[in-house]
Amino acid sequence: MAVVLAAAVDETVVDQLSLTTDVNPVIDVRGAIKRYGEGDASIFALAGVDLKIMPGEYVAIMGPSGSGKSTLMNIIGALDIMTKGEYFLDGIEINSMDESALAVVRGRKIGFIFQSFNLIARTTALANVELPMAYQGIKKDERRRRALKALEVVGLAGRVNHEPTELSGGQQQRVAVARALATRPALLLADEPTGALDSKSTADLLDLFDQINAAGRTVVVITHEDDVAARAKRVVRMRDGKIISDSLNEGRAA
Amino acid sequence: MEIIRFAMRGLTTNKLRTTLTTLGIAIGVASVIILIAVGNGSSKQIQASIDKLGTNTITINSTRGGFGRRTAASGSSSKPLTVSDAVALSSPINAPDIKQAAPITSASGTCTVGTSTTTPGTFYGTWPSWFEASNTTIQKGTYFTNDDVVQGRHVAVIGATTATDLFGTDNPIGQVMRCSGIPFTIIGETSVKGSNGFQDGDSLVVSPLTAVQRSLTGYNSLSSIVVEAKSAKVQDLAQTEINTIMDAQHRIKSVAKRDYRTLNQASLLATSNSNSSVFTVLLGVVAAISLLVGGIGITNIMLVTVIERTREIGIRKAIGAPKAAILSQFLIEATILSLVGGGIGVLFGYIGSNFKIIGIQPVIVPASVLLAFGVSVLIGLFFGSYPASRAASLRPIEALRYE
Repeated sequence: MAVVLAAAVDETVVDQLSLTTDVNPVIDVRGAIKRYGEGDASIFALAGVDLKIMPGEYVAIMGPSGSGKSTLMNIIGALDIMTKGEYFLDGIEINSMDESALAVVRGRKIGFIFQSFNLIARTTALANVELPMAYQGIKKDERRRRALKALEVVGLAGRVNHEPTELSGGQQQRVAVARALATRPALLLADEPTGALDSKSTADLLDLFDQINAAGRTVVVITHEDDVAARAKRVVRMRDGKIISDSLNEGRAA
Repeated sequence: MEIIRFAMRGLTTNKLRTTLTTLGIAIGVASVIILIAVGNGSSKQIQASIDKLGTNTITINSTRGGFGRRTAASGSSSKPLTVSDAVALSSPINAPDIKQAAPITSASGTCTVGTSTTTPGTFYGTWPSWFEASNTTIQKGTYFTNDDVVQGRHVAVIGATTATDLFGTDNPIGQVMRCSGIPFTIIGETSVKGSNGFQDGDSLVVSPLTAVQRSLTGYNSLSSIVVEAKSAKVQDLAQTEINTIMDAQHRIKSVAKRDYRTLNQASLLATSNSNSSVFTVLLGVVAAISLLVGGIGITNIMLVTVIERTREIGIRKAIGAPKAAILSQFLIEATILSLVGGGIGVLFGYIGSNFKIIGIQPVIVPASVLLAFGVSVLIGLFFGSYPASRAASLRPIEALRYE
């Protein structure tokens, strides 16, 4: 395993990984290739990516647009399937699953946070947070309790009955974080979470991520902003469908 | 349960569109119910007017003349209907189930009073027993009597249409009219019968048999004999007695050689019922098409809804909604649309059926209500399933990218 990773992964990470071999990685992507189109016209969005993320890590995946980071995010998030390669999410092989099994995995293992919040319109914050749990078949009382708790954690206890249009962008994004947290996922996956936020809301959200990670939750943030990446403990940089660097963040890594 | 709430929320989000779609289905269901009720009502109306003509009566006609000639030519002696046939049919011993029989001679001609003229649709010479046998009653004046028949008096009872044509609003009783030049004194006017769907029952002149025979039709033959059975129940028995007596009177050996035929109200009813059921089916088909159009409306609206909510579907799928949950959400939305539409349609149908439509009082057929409602729900499921499956099979990554 170390041999496979060695080519792309910084020495220190390998050291850290070797210390925790008894723990299953949350994300284990091996030789991921994603190709769009056929023949000469085909484009490699991912040209052989290996990535391993352990529980409790806080990882930022960076890269310019077209670097393949969004494709990688879709694959990690079980929203898309790679052309070739292997992917284990929390020990489960994802690549061979059908669409309905993927939906279940998404619901149980991953909490998504999107750039454009993606809350259901004309639906209260509470109902939005309850929604993924409803699809998992969690009982109403339990659902309500967990949703209220999650909204409290993100600091929106007083706005549970507000609809998305009645909330600011920062507040909407925190509802989305609450929604992602309430299902107790193995992984919090955020795609450009601060892209639509002002600097104050960005700072608040990143504080929230720190807090969530400090509580032991694995956080993966896809971003192209350096100040966002600076808050992560590990930074993975991509270019042209490949990982070009993978390093621990000085001062942030515990 | 959760999915039903999602579906309700989806519907209440765009109230105008939901209302219009529901209205389409409601109109379809209401028109099925009302049009079938109109068809049914018209059939009931025809039945009622045939009932008015007398339900226990059997009419005997001669088959002489026309193709009846051939029967005569083939060797059997074909006889006309005669007064003695009517007398024989009136025998309480041979015909215990026959209440009475009345011979009829049918005349034609134009009746005039001064400058007013009318051509009665029915101009009969008969016995007083005809009135009861044909369910005809008098509203003004009197019936003619057996004595009038014996004496051959030129008296007449006329129908309301004939009275209006000749005398307008004046009282016709005691006046004299000339029919084909022969004077008749009017002694009575019959109660309004209405139309039986084929002819005006009130364009009528009825006179004593002997008077009409002597002056207009001659004594040779009758047009028909009207027989009244004692009740509707014994109509079949009466029919058998008629055949026995008539076969004896006319010396008929086999059924095939009968020179007369009988027509009862039951067969008339059957004919008119089959006519009006064709009418009902046609109306039903027209209505069913409008129901179908309503169903296509549901498909259209649901497709628009799916496209409009592509992003929402993507979000739901991203946070773990399985395909079945999305499918059932949209199916339930379509079904609720058609259920509510169907319910309102049934309500409209019941309200609409209280009004007369083209002179027909609609009579609701309970089965049509169930059918229309059931079909509307099925249409919701059927036409809703295509948009629903489109929604369910959207890939989350594409749905999320959709703006």
